[in-house]
Amino acid sequence: MSDAQDPAEELKTTPLDALNRELGGRMVPFAGYAMPVQFPAGIIAEHNQTREKASLFDVSHMGQLRLHGESAATALERLVPGNLEGLKPGRMRYSMLTTDAGTIIDDLMVTREVGGLFVVVNASRFDADLPHMEANIGSDVEIEVLGGRALVALQGPAASAALADLAPDAGAMPFMSSLALSIGGIDALVNRSGYTGEDGYEISVAGADAEGLVKKLLADERVEAAGLGARDTLRLEAGLCLYGQDIDDTTTPIEAGLNWTVPKRRREEGGFPGADIIIDQWENGAARKLVGIRPEGRAPARTGTEITLADGTPIGMVTSGAFGPTIGGPVAMGYVRFDAAETGTKLELQVRGKGNPAAVADLPFASHRYFKA
Amino acid sequence: MTTKYSEDHEWITVDGDVGTVGITDHAQSQLGDIVFVELPEVGSAVEAGTDAGVVESVKAASDLMTPVSGEITETNDALEAEPSLANSAPTGDGWFFKVKLSDTSELDGLMDEAAYKAFCAD
Repeated sequence: MSDAQDPAEELKTTPLDALNRELGGRMVPFAGYAMPVQFPAGIIAEHNQTREKASLFDVSHMGQLRLHGESAATALERLVPGNLEGLKPGRMRYSMLTTDAGTIIDDLMVTREVGGLFVVVNASRFDADLPHMEANIGSDVEIEVLGGRALVALQGPAASAALADLAPDAGAMPFMSSLALSIGGIDALVNRSGYTGEDGYEISVAGADAEGLVKKLLADERVEAAGLGARDTLRLEAGLCLYGQDIDDTTTPIEAGLNWTVPKRRREEGGFPGADIIIDQWENGAARKLVGIRPEGRAPARTGTEITLADGTPIGMVTSGAFGPTIGGPVAMGYVRFDAAETGTKLELQVRGKGNPAAVADLPFASHRYFKA
Repeated sequence: MTTKYSEDHEWITVDGDVGTVGITDHAQSQLGDIVFVELPEVGSAVEAGTDAGVVESVKAASDLMTPVSGEITETNDALEAEPSLANSAPTGDGWFFKVKLSDTSELDGLMDEAAYKAFCAD
């Protein structure tokens, strides 16, 4: 996702805009939408709330699509390196659209449905994804843009208990599964997934029902509203890539450490854009790798910070960096030369003319706590 | 002692020719959770309206501007150890540095409290 914003352009709003403002959300431009970066509690409190109880995030800016057609999974496999044919209805998977150079057009979540796929893409990439899919998906698949729908993420260790009070079947859903549920009388598509490293759900509802659903969920004392600021620190601690920063159309899935998204059958059969390059890198390694980075002091390293070896040799760049509230210090991710990617490798981060000491660290910084049945 | 305010949202309270500088409540509220500060060196010379340090919130780094020129006489070690003091007590324990003013007339170009409140309301 990208923050780039032409100030003259009118910002789009989500179906939760009025409620976000009523809740005291500080609205900022994000990928063409007015989105809450934080609520009055603040980013650190919202982050900790998510790790300790549960938070509700408005992520309605993200693009929602439905690909209709019995052959939709096979057709979309021509555009992504993931295994979609092997996905059973009601199960979902993380994948990405790739270029002929093996780089990433966008990352996406794909849910297999009976007779098609439900797909969520980044808001900032929607205008690139849609024509790419329309031009290449083939005539057997019809792409429906689910405009006007809302998407909310309920995340945290109390998410399951809170949602199950309103929709009992939500509690036993496996991680990365999908169910159409009535949440206190509101029809919703519920996916057990998220972008925080915690257990939780992403819930798609009709725009007109969004405010009612959110009010029901916020009425639970375990649940508080949280903004995109906390979502960013949570995903960074969880080692999850952000499109536009950690991955983009100059980086490959292998460079980004997403080898697990290219399973054996796809490596053997190929048949997706950039397959030769991606398979070669999978087998032989890439020249650079996305790693976790722990600065030694308190100074955060931000996106764009140059990474050098201790002797000053430039070897890469920070792609995401912030203070990690759960870690209690600065955390970052960035690309380094392949021979400096080993955990523990000493680095320097060039911040304001100083070489701040840092080291390559294991990802995630904060352990994933996804639901296991 | 008088307190004046800059358009960069710093406050300065002057006692004799030494001013204590911090960021305003409005500034800390706009920045959000402050997690790191870099303060000027004691003994260094600073120039009004230029950066004298760095304030970093969870999301972003901002320059800390000095509202007056002079020599840094003291910095707040407690703030360096606990940057959130700038959120919880921006005009008290969360002060940033003390500066010996080289030109007290620079204070005339700063706002008083009423003018600053009006400035923030715009």
